Amino acid sequence: MPGEPLSATPARAAAFVRQDPAPACPPPPSGQGVFAAIGDNLFGGWRSSMMTIAALALLGLALPPLLRFLIFDAVWSAPDGELCRAPGAGACWAFIARKLPYFAYGSYPIGQRWRVDLTLAFGAALIVWLLWLDAPGRRLAAFLFFFAYPILSFLLLHGAPSFGLPTIDSDLWGGIFVSLLVATVGIVASLPLGILLALGRRSSLPVLSLACAGFIECVRGVPMITVLFMANTMLPLFVPESLAPDRLIRPLIGVALFASAYMAEVVRGGLQAIPKGQFEGAQALGLRALPTLRFIILPQALRHVIPGIVNTFIGLFKDTTLVAIVGIFDFLRTVDSARLDPVWAGPTISATGYVFAALFYFVFCFSMSRYSLFVERRLSRGRDR
Amino acid sequence: MAPRSENGPLAFWYDPAIRGRIYQTLFVLALGIVLFEAIVDVRANMQARGIPTDFDFLDDVAGFDINLTLIPYSATSTYGRAFFVGLLNTGLAAALGLILATVVGFAIGIARLSKNWIVAKFAMVYVEALRNVPLLLQLLFWYNAVLKPLPAPRQSYVLPFGMYLNNRGLFAPELVFGPGAQWIGAAVIVAALVAVLARLTGIGARLGRFWPTLLIGLPVAAYFLAGQPVSFIVPELKGFNFSGGVRLLPEFVALVLGLGLYTAAFIAEIVRAGVEAVPRGQSEAAAALGLSRRQTNRFVVVPQAMRIITPLLTSQYLNLIKNSSLAVFIGYPDLVQVFAGTVLNQTGAAVQVIFITMAVYLAISLFASLAMNLYNRRFALVER
Repeated sequence: MPGEPLSATPARAAAFVRQDPAPACPPPPSGQGVFAAIGDNLFGGWRSSMMTIAALALLGLALPPLLRFLIFDAVWSAPDGELCRAPGAGACWAFIARKLPYFAYGSYPIGQRWRVDLTLAFGAALIVWLLWLDAPGRRLAAFLFFFAYPILSFLLLHGAPSFGLPTIDSDLWGGIFVSLLVATVGIVASLPLGILLALGRRSSLPVLSLACAGFIECVRGVPMITVLFMANTMLPLFVPESLAPDRLIRPLIGVALFASAYMAEVVRGGLQAIPKGQFEGAQALGLRALPTLRFIILPQALRHVIPGIVNTFIGLFKDTTLVAIVGIFDFLRTVDSARLDPVWAGPTISATGYVFAALFYFVFCFSMSRYSLFVERRLSRGRDR
Repeated sequence: MAPRSENGPLAFWYDPAIRGRIYQTLFVLALGIVLFEAIVDVRANMQARGIPTDFDFLDDVAGFDINLTLIPYSATSTYGRAFFVGLLNTGLAAALGLILATVVGFAIGIARLSKNWIVAKFAMVYVEALRNVPLLLQLLFWYNAVLKPLPAPRQSYVLPFGMYLNNRGLFAPELVFGPGAQWIGAAVIVAALVAVLARLTGIGARLGRFWPTLLIGLPVAAYFLAGQPVSFIVPELKGFNFSGGVRLLPEFVALVLGLGLYTAAFIAEIVRAGVEAVPRGQSEAAAALGLSRRQTNRFVVVPQAMRIITPLLTSQYLNLIKNSSLAVFIGYPDLVQVFAGTVLNQTGAAVQVIFITMAVYLAISLFASLAMNLYNRRFALVER
């Protein structure tokens, strides 16, 4: 009705009013079942479908050659590199098998390697004891790990002629056990040092706090390699020539200082999360400064930052590879030098060695990160309720 | 005022303030004695070994060659010049690594958030595989296991855009700017200025999608108006090697790839955490207001996520710059390899060389944290 003003339309009954309820709609075609879920998830819309197809294509292109290289075409046993050099041969696992003792112990004298095994076994037992949250006597374990174990392992590895253990020069040390040694020293030293530095940085004494903050920021601001260089070339200059530290001790000092600066920042985060009332409550109970820290503050602060601490350990473990720059034969360095052995050298040796090393580091770092997730979840259980 | 007890004034050493001062004096004294002893020892040791104790060695002739130099350098240049060559090489590798890490990191991070199961799992595998393996191992892998066994130039891999990959490195077309190219540069600057002005004055918002077109259009227009002064020199196989074009050393390619892909794994995790930290209610509220998904992401989720992402991203960038020092392991002539390696070995001036090297990295770190503090002050959430 053109031209007719709307307001002029008289109010009248609606043209149609439904009397019966509308019939129920049929369920959507892909509502239920596994296939429906897959369809929705992987092919919901053209963009998603394209990405799924691209991902599957990538998988199809990359996986078969990878499996062929790693498993089907791999050389599993061979006396030397002859078979591995054959065209079309895959990973040369025989090389790894033959070099495994070297990867594990470096040039440590073969007759004395039980000492390394024993040290590692003690260490592993203590670590399991420490990490198992419900184990009894974990305080004792911590004491053993942080105080008794370093002395014991020094005596075992370096030697104690008075106990009938001949001295083994650290030039001969190498391989996985040196990597673990560097990591353990870093961990054992960095936690107490880091806590001290963090407490110092939060101290109300301005000089102390400035000194700690300066140290932490300086170390965190430079690459680890330069710290190692410094430890290697400058430490011998700081002391009289006769006292110059051992070739292996120098990078260990560098690693310990480097790791403690990072640890200090993690611990500081935990300290900052403690409400002031905790300090005041302890004071009201008449606790002095040290017992307050030991029984009230640190247990809470450290628990808060266990994931951060473990992450620092992971970073430290990966960074142990850098000690190769000052001539230490850590695990990666032994792999890197073994692949140049003319008996085995071949086109696939480098890749094989590196894949093996990558697996080793991956297993360690990945399990550490899973452990930290597990602890995190367990500690937040109280908050979840 | 000293605290008092019922039995008269307490001895002054019970006053916490005075105690603090005593402790600090003792601390400074101890530190001073240790430092003094160390310096005396170091000087004596260095002089006994005939090592220079000042910075004059920087003016001596270096006498070694560097296979990648961004500024003129030869074996007759000074150690000081070698330092700048190394510094610039570090900057070059770090800059390209940062770009690669950011692009790949954001892509993987977004992929991890994808609702598509297979895409999310792919991204997860990437992140877990790369961040749980030491960077040094990855660099050695790229260099020794991927780039070194490549075929000789005659059997190069042919890549798109006229690039060739072989065991001598990556050969790419070279940009050559002819006469009149300065107009393109001017156009870029003008367009950038306009864009900044538009943003600052708020005109950009009203002009909507106009100014991005301007940003690209102006340089392109200048390119044609100036008579197409930019051309490419494509590398060509001559004899046993390529000539023409840019040659990227295998060490450089390995370093940039390794650094970029490794850091990308960390950036991906940061991006994911940042986006997941934006409460769901935010996007639900945006949907309730009738914003489309694109608008929700652009105006609600991304700005809040970036506030979380940026500080963490900066620390990853700093890590990448510091990690570029691993170049020394694969022989890329960066600051550490040239200066803390060759120069240190030739001059023996360990203290000075390491001091300078550390100072460079420290200056970069401090500058970045300064910039980050400014950013935080500008963009931190203002709460009542």
